[in-house]
Amino acid sequence: MSLTLSASVIVQGVLTGLVYGLMALGLSVIFGIVRVVNFAHGEFAVLAMYIAYLLFFWLKLDPFLAALPIAALFFGVGYLLQRALINSFVARAEHDQFILMVGLAIVLVNGCLMIFGPEARHAELSYSLDSWLAGPLIIDAVRVYAAIGSLVVALMLLAFFRLTDTGTAIRACADNRLAAAIVGLDTRRLYALTFGLGLACVGAAGAMQTAIIDPNPSLAPGMTLLAFTVVIVGGLGSLIGALFAGILIGVAEALSSLVMAPSMKSLASFAVLVLVLVLRPQGLFGKGG
Amino acid sequence: MHPTLHRLLGQLDRRQRLAFLGLVGALILGPAFLDRYLMSIMILVFWYAAVGQAWNIMMGFCGQLSLGHCLYSGIGGYVAALLWVNYGIPPWLAAVPAMGIACACGIVIGWLAFRYDIGGVYFALLTIAFAEMARIAFDNWAGGGGAAGLFIPLIPAADAGLWTLSGGPLQFYYLMLGLAITSFVAAAALRASRLGHEWLAIREEPEAARALGIDIYRAKLAAIIVSAAITSLAGVFYAFYQRNLFPSDAFDVSRSIIMIMGPIVGGLGTLMGPVIGALILTPLGQILIALTERLVGHAVPGASLLAYGALLMVIISTNANGVWPGLSRRLGLAPRALR
Repeated sequence: MSLTLSASVIVQGVLTGLVYGLMALGLSVIFGIVRVVNFAHGEFAVLAMYIAYLLFFWLKLDPFLAALPIAALFFGVGYLLQRALINSFVARAEHDQFILMVGLAIVLVNGCLMIFGPEARHAELSYSLDSWLAGPLIIDAVRVYAAIGSLVVALMLLAFFRLTDTGTAIRACADNRLAAAIVGLDTRRLYALTFGLGLACVGAAGAMQTAIIDPNPSLAPGMTLLAFTVVIVGGLGSLIGALFAGILIGVAEALSSLVMAPSMKSLASFAVLVLVLVLRPQGLFGKGG
Repeated sequence: MHPTLHRLLGQLDRRQRLAFLGLVGALILGPAFLDRYLMSIMILVFWYAAVGQAWNIMMGFCGQLSLGHCLYSGIGGYVAALLWVNYGIPPWLAAVPAMGIACACGIVIGWLAFRYDIGGVYFALLTIAFAEMARIAFDNWAGGGGAAGLFIPLIPAADAGLWTLSGGPLQFYYLMLGLAITSFVAAAALRASRLGHEWLAIREEPEAARALGIDIYRAKLAAIIVSAAITSLAGVFYAFYQRNLFPSDAFDVSRSIIMIMGPIVGGLGTLMGPVIGALILTPLGQILIALTERLVGHAVPGASLLAYGALLMVIISTNANGVWPGLSRRLGLAPRALR
């Protein structure tokens, strides 16, 4: 195995990892602030992939452009979902929330299965197979676009939380829900906004992934697990941590599918997860310890 | 009668005892009235009642959320099947190493997690991770059949019997019923024991439990070992009932999820919860499959599961504590203090 091949694979892992990072960012925001475990996260990603596929199929809309309207749509869906359904579960036990979200996940993935069938759909972009030579490295164009897109969305989200009043209010909710309510913040609205933002992330990530992976209902549970692994490796509530852990997992998967076999790649991410849980349970960027 | 059993029955009032013995009696007489199809559904009901009870010990009693229980049933099934297919060791003997290895897996997970007080969602993810690692390992291990699966050959009817777990539906009906009753009695006995009270204390208030001098680490490990042992024995029976094992099926996350839905829908932490949950959910899934076929005229992939998922959301939205606590009050079977 040559050094340049490994280097190419690592770069590819970093690029894929940024998309993982954005997907996990959505989960981390919901998990860290609303304190609800979104076990339907991967299912939402697959739904976004199918919508991007349909927009491409019908309107020839590029998945990277479709990411914007899909993110907006998912924001609305998330907002309404939190208001109408999930809000009444915020104070309930973890396992109740879990069953609710698993029910939602089953509905979503089987809805996709009924409409689109079990076989993967392929969106054939004019630049699907383009790649660049950067020195000795070979880099896929679609992965670069997806990575840049993910990074832009992630930075926008970070800026929103740091720079806007609403973002600050949401962070206050995360720190101390009771105190936030006492100083007059509308926590229900802020939770709904947060859930919307979380789904917008996964909507954008899913849409962009359509250019890399063919949408298929059976992808969903693995994506939920992957997003979870990334969030816990990065550290609950740390947005930078989610991005960094996404890259770490992306590289670990890419390297292990090169060294062992592609079917073994999720073994690598679980190995990283177990190591982190044992050595640093609060995650790489988590607070306290 | 066994003294523990006697003591447990003694805790029930007359009405509860009648209802309990009536239910067991009806189930024992069941095969006289059920056709082959209904028998196959009841076999699954008993199986899910047993593994639901095992999971209930960990989550309902001790408060540790495991989402990877397919690991134990899968390991149990694979170990027993491999020992039978390769060495001719009968499943009743092979069940001992099968349960041993499953318990060892539970100890490793418990050791990793409970030493550092990893709980809640973190623990849940760790259990999923181990189940997934087992799936990938068995997928890639040719000696265990790999992704193509492991098959337990049928035995000529003349030699078939209980000792080799190769009989017909009637044998498996009573076998699974026995398993469900055994796990129920074991859970009842454990809950009434000192260990059971330690579990409840840990579930309710871990810090207070520690202050009382309870060895939390040891008690949690005991919960995972008991749970793994029952689940793996159920896995042995299930493997010989199905007579095939696929990693993508035996170690699938959805298997773990179906296992735990029964106790949650039925009533977490209650003894009857897993039983009621299995009695509701297993037939419900079958009815939905039959109903979509009847309505559409052919099988629609995903349709029955979609309805199942939606119903699950409705049940959990309207029944905060599961079905059994409310149902038992209505039937006059709740503990006296709650009536």
